Amino acid sequence: MLDGLSDIKNKMGSSSAEEVVASYLEKIEKSDINAFTCIAEDAIDQAKKVDSLNIEGPLAGVPIAIKDNISTKGLSTTCSSAILDGYVPPYDAHVIERLRKAGAVIIGKSNMDEFGMGTSTETSTYGPTLNPWDSERVAGGSSGGSAAAVAAGQVPVSLGSDTGGSVRCPAAFCGAVGLKPTYGAVSRYGLVSYANSLEQIGPLANRVEDVAALMDVIGTYDNRDSTCVKHNAGYTDALQDDVEGLKIGVPAEYFGEGIDDNVQKLVWDAIGKFEDMGAEYTKVSMPNTPYALAAYYIIAMSEASSNLARFDGTRYGNRSEGENWHMMASKTRQEKFGAEVKRRILLGTYALSAGYHDKYYLKALKVRTLVKQDFERAFEDVDVLMAPTMPTPAFKIGEKMDDPLSLYLSDVNTVPINLAGVPSISVPCGFSEGLPVGLQVIGNYFDEATIIKAAHSFEKNTDHHTKLAGEVV
Amino acid sequence: MVYENPDGVMIGLEIHVQLNKLATKLFCGCSTDYHTSEPNTHVCPVCMGLPGCLPVLNKRAVEYAIRIGLALNCEIVEQTQFHRKNYYYPDLPKGFQTTQYDYPIVSDGRVVIEGEDGEHVVRIRRAHMEEDPGRLMHMGSIEKSKGTLIDYNRSGMALIEIVSEPDMRSPREARRFLDKLRNILEYLDVFDSTLEGSMRVDANISIGGGDRTEVKNISSHKGAERALLYEIMRQKNIKRRGEKVVMETRHFDEARGVTISMRTKEEEHDYRYFPEPDLVPMRVGSWVEGILETLPELPDARRSRFISDYGMVDTHAKALTSDIRVADFYEEVASQVDPAAAAVWVSDVLKGELNYRDLNIASFTVEDMVKIIELVLSGKITEKGAVEIIRNILDEGGSPMDIVKEKGLLKVEGDVVDQAVEEVLKENPDALEDYFAGKEKSLNFLVGQVMKKTRGRADARSVREMMLEEIDKNYR
Repeated sequence: MLDGLSDIKNKMGSSSAEEVVASYLEKIEKSDINAFTCIAEDAIDQAKKVDSLNIEGPLAGVPIAIKDNISTKGLSTTCSSAILDGYVPPYDAHVIERLRKAGAVIIGKSNMDEFGMGTSTETSTYGPTLNPWDSERVAGGSSGGSAAAVAAGQVPVSLGSDTGGSVRCPAAFCGAVGLKPTYGAVSRYGLVSYANSLEQIGPLANRVEDVAALMDVIGTYDNRDSTCVKHNAGYTDALQDDVEGLKIGVPAEYFGEGIDDNVQKLVWDAIGKFEDMGAEYTKVSMPNTPYALAAYYIIAMSEASSNLARFDGTRYGNRSEGENWHMMASKTRQEKFGAEVKRRILLGTYALSAGYHDKYYLKALKVRTLVKQDFERAFEDVDVLMAPTMPTPAFKIGEKMDDPLSLYLSDVNTVPINLAGVPSISVPCGFSEGLPVGLQVIGNYFDEATIIKAAHSFEKNTDHHTKLAGEVV
Repeated sequence: MVYENPDGVMIGLEIHVQLNKLATKLFCGCSTDYHTSEPNTHVCPVCMGLPGCLPVLNKRAVEYAIRIGLALNCEIVEQTQFHRKNYYYPDLPKGFQTTQYDYPIVSDGRVVIEGEDGEHVVRIRRAHMEEDPGRLMHMGSIEKSKGTLIDYNRSGMALIEIVSEPDMRSPREARRFLDKLRNILEYLDVFDSTLEGSMRVDANISIGGGDRTEVKNISSHKGAERALLYEIMRQKNIKRRGEKVVMETRHFDEARGVTISMRTKEEEHDYRYFPEPDLVPMRVGSWVEGILETLPELPDARRSRFISDYGMVDTHAKALTSDIRVADFYEEVASQVDPAAAAVWVSDVLKGELNYRDLNIASFTVEDMVKIIELVLSGKITEKGAVEIIRNILDEGGSPMDIVKEKGLLKVEGDVVDQAVEEVLKENPDALEDYFAGKEKSLNFLVGQVMKKTRGRADARSVREMMLEEIDKNYR
């Protein structure tokens, strides 16, 4: 079993933050799963500062990996894209400010799909992150580096971002815990935008309690993000082992075509476990689920086409030479963006163009409303929804790279959550042919407490999270 | 009199007003006081559009927009939101401009101007909020420049874009509309028109129901009038040759006074508007009523009050209220001396002297104006002497009393004038003869001689009266 935050706290009693951080740095160095895009040169100095100043924040001396699309002052932030190679932000994201204040040591930036666009971390300009359970398989995406680093014990906790499942997917593929908070629960200030109306920063760890602890730190109000909402958090307070009377809804549409039989079985087993623990389940219908995927991709790509316009080589990052500004900007974008990013910019541009705007973008917004209503209706009757996080375990590297549509299809169970803006957590619920499978627990708006409680109870009463990569066959 | 509009001229204006009296920019906390600063010193990650930055709407800017809407007799929308207008330009750091699209904060208003045939209503279609981009500094001309520098100090400044209906029928009406608009905005205390780039105009113009052209980025009201005059002439010439005016965007070359084609309609952008996801829709609701209560007296109301309170003629009231600083100046003067005299002195004399020197009212003090009017009213100096004091202060400085002493402007005593009248009549018997022969003009000559003898320190009107009296008494 990998160390969690409580283990690090214990160690800190007898040794120093410097030693703890150094031991993790060593693990990262020895690893060949390509989970990081860069390591913070000052990681040891940060740890020494914790030691010398006796900093006692809730994360004092805890090394943390940060997805490479979250701005870190003085530390390269590239979104795993050649266009931002060499870009060092002059400011910290809200979550980074909070982490530093809590005493955490920003140990490095974790690998991801370029600008968050992908489900496998294969579109990174720095190459794919390998799944710690099987190096021929993907780590999931787009926060693949953040999940793999945690699952391989290179850091106890990390931050990812989730636009259509980007925290939950790699958590499921790597056997980690990943939370996508309610839209507005965590400030996006400093998160390099991919699809603003969908994405949230979310924590990854090997235990539910560590995810909760991280949420207590980052999930605070920030007036620099107009979509950030003031709310009563208390994530750690929600860590109870008690699901007596919990009403679970099981949406039939999340167990449809394309969902691996083994995955379905493991999720139903998990639901059975909840029954044993005193919860009850009913089948619910979310009739607009089949349209969610299409709506999601239109909205995400539309927003992305606008967000990525600023990367033109003029002010920061990397540029190509051209005889005038138009040529310079055009060549920069042509040469420095990867294929998937260009595909999404073009599709998004198309969807927003005059003549197509109503047919695609506006229609997608209408579907979004319907999807949202599905959730609102469901939560009138149940406390949480449960479903597979991903339709299959981690697939092989390269398997879906030439077939973007099949790759997009693997997001089928995660994207409706982002369209609606509700919170969702993925916890390990077993193994299929030696690969981890994730159970997705979805909650009502700002009701992270209930899904944390459910996930925590499941973890306490099962042993999936105690397995280490290589142990399971 | 009805203005026929012989050429069927239709002019519509789009005016970008920079809300430079706000302390901070539209979406971030950067200071707006950049006009005399080094380039790129008033910037932050947000107005630079750095990756990861998010906008936060300046509440005061919304309040200003509502004030403007109320002053232009507009409807204020219940719920407003921002859109992204996507286009590429190096001065636009995010690759899109955050602006308002289908829900502008205010719409459907009206402004009354002095038209070609009396009062004329110009309808306001809408006014919306948006951010200013940065500024490009080309090294040399735009075509041949070897490099371009970008100053982002202006980036993110709050703008209000006011769009009129094509209700103006001549360049003169367009200019009057612009003057009136500036006037109103200054009364609202939402912007300082003296700062560079505070008001920028795009003009749409068509004649005889033909296609319209748009002249972009005109920086002054005078420039707008000139550009429109040129454009009317150009379009008339096209029609005279039997050709059709094509819809296009043109640039006004201030130096040459001509408009040049920039792009025709085929190249128009598709801006791909969509709602700005980082700014939530906003309800203004009861806020509007609160703002309405704080709305100041506007130019038209002040003009009416000047007429009723101070009994001045309409031309004076108009002249005094067309610039809030002049109106304030006048009211301060009028509170200390006879308001009727003050109206004449401020509007006819002082404003004329200021205009002649291209100075504004801040170049003169209320205290000096009051003193000068008092000197005239008490008969200590002549009107001519007063004008001389004003000119002296503007050109060389000094205080009214010092100038009076220095230039010997105190009016001469009555007996000196008496004596001068007697002397002049004795010295000019021929002129007197002419006067008796019916030549009224020779009396003016005689009065002039008296003025000469007293070096202008006598009052011409009373000299004339004394002259007639003396003639009646001793020469009939």
